[in-house]
Amino acid sequence: MGMTITEKILAKSARRVFLEPGENVWLNVDVLMTHDVCGPPTIGIWKNEFGEKAKIWDKNKLVVFPDHYIFTKNVHANRNVDVLRKFAKEYDLPNYYDVGSPRYKGVCHIALAEEGYNVPGTVLFGTDSHTCTSGAFGMFATGVGNTDAAFILGTGKIWEKVPESMKFTFHGKMPEYLTAKDLILQILGDITTDGATYRSMEFDGEAIFSLPMLERMTLTNMAIEAGGMNGIIQADKIAEEYVSERTDKNFEIFISDRDAKYFSKHEYDVNKIEPLVAKPHSPDNRDTVKNVEGTKLTKCYIGSCTGGKITDFINAAKILYGQTVKTSTFIVPASTETAKELEGETYKGLSLKQIFENAGCQIAQSSCAACLGGPDDTFGRAVDKDVVISTTNRNFPGRMGSKKSEVYLASPLTVAASAVNGFITDPRNFLM
Amino acid sequence: MEEKISGLAYVLGNNIDTDQIIPAEHLVYSLTDEEESRKYGQYALSGVPVPLAGLPEGGKQFVESDSYQSKYSIIIGGSNFGCGSSREHAPFALQKAGVKVIVAESYARIFYRNSVDGGFVVPFESTEKLNDKIKTDDEIEIDFKENEIKNLSSNQVYKLKPLGDVLPIIAAGGLFEYARKSGMLEN
Ligand code: SF4
Repeated sequence: MGMTITEKILAKSARRVFLEPGENVWLNVDVLMTHDVCGPPTIGIWKNEFGEKAKIWDKNKLVVFPDHYIFTKNVHANRNVDVLRKFAKEYDLPNYYDVGSPRYKGVCHIALAEEGYNVPGTVLFGTDSHTCTSGAFGMFATGVGNTDAAFILGTGKIWEKVPESMKFTFHGKMPEYLTAKDLILQILGDITTDGATYRSMEFDGEAIFSLPMLERMTLTNMAIEAGGMNGIIQADKIAEEYVSERTDKNFEIFISDRDAKYFSKHEYDVNKIEPLVAKPHSPDNRDTVKNVEGTKLTKCYIGSCTGGKITDFINAAKILYGQTVKTSTFIVPASTETAKELEGETYKGLSLKQIFENAGCQIAQSSCAACLGGPDDTFGRAVDKDVVISTTNRNFPGRMGSKKSEVYLASPLTVAASAVNGFITDPRNFLM
Repeated sequence: MEEKISGLAYVLGNNIDTDQIIPAEHLVYSLTDEEESRKYGQYALSGVPVPLAGLPEGGKQFVESDSYQSKYSIIIGGSNFGCGSSREHAPFALQKAGVKVIVAESYARIFYRNSVDGGFVVPFESTEKLNDKIKTDDEIEIDFKENEIKNLSSNQVYKLKPLGDVLPIIAAGGLFEYARKSGMLEN
């Protein structure tokens, strides 16, 4: 019987020829990623459990990015970064990207791609639920908690239940007014926040393979919002090129067999999908932008691992060019590379940074910022009864700060259009 | 592992995400410092919107102000319990507050793994929807041997799904204990 990409990668990692969904297997991990929120407790458990003999299984396979709560006066948050810093020094970690140093990278999931850690056919675990983002590179990537991460840190191994796979195929040529964000919101509305729990979400189709890597990452990023164990897109020429520019590691490309078994298959025609939002307070509370058009806003936010990549800013700039925002608009480049690109990338002769500044947006340093609320002094944090439209991935109560706030999730095109008007606006009003 | 656990039920709705279990702003406290880690108990479930806190009436504080412990030790949830972030602080916070068992229709994967591998709380799956049958403050008994939940306040008994593959890990008290017992790790 045939296997899916995910099954094949897990089989390789478990040193098996064949395996089936539902089996529990021990995997050999290629990369373990952690950050400032979950890194310190992971290190704590690891030291505690392995005691004097605690040894990192393979230093080259451990990657540590401070990115969550870093530009804050909060003493507890700063202490977390200190813990990472000390740990990196004590063990002479080659892959630590300290904040305040030229090595600083910003949001982990984007940095993993940029720094060449995303390699087709490999297995990556991270102490962050959006670790599934890396699946855009035809690899198995998923999030775990601190105990699991501490176990990997000491052994390089972890158990996992082989997931069933669901396939999502997008036919047609992407219209100018749609982004990957709209596609994933479409899926979330259809299958809801637990529609893929303990399963793999495989994306394919002409529309997907036309997207650049950073856009594909928006899809795999939000697989977790449907409860997915991982999101995955078969690596193609575009992926190979992106990876080869960033690492000289060899890689193996896996393709799902024609007779592979799927839990379900879902087909879409992208020309029938409209710009979408997820209304408060759940990523599956989907509606068309048209239906909520006119909703008054107090904040617009373009940032995070979902919607703070250079491709997202290029989309936003198309609309913000020559305009002035009517609502406070926050721009948070996910990575320091993205921040640099804001200055280098141009649209109609202006850099994206100039376009955003001319429009009256506020631009912050790269980090997770208000995507998950954070300490009181976090840039762009939702306060009181804010009504926010955001390119981020979660709008659970209080996710971006205040429990009383309301957050709409949307594409960078929709957020930019809404910023110009001060109320939720269909981007087609600006693009057509 | 004990055979039976009893306590008061705290009932919640569907999709209780990790931000509701422990709001992100509290993730900064130490998990190992005894004194400081009590704060996780203090703020457990503090992100649940007030009308949905302690169903069916709502408005029931899980942990009284100025306290670090809850009087509720059994949580009855709906579907997709623990969705959202990978923070192990979530099952940890529930354990700190005194929760022993969660009974929900389904769980998000990472929360489920964290509960089991960290040995924090026992996540049982119910065989039917229970958060409309059990009320907050009902007295509950969980029978691990029979895989049953008994509502002592209404004298109703409901079946739970067996813990299956993860039972040995739960019985051992977490992933590390399990790995030591099974010889994967040295003692
Ligand atoms: S940007 Fe948001 S979703 Fe992404 S890693 Fe940071 S907090 Fe998580």
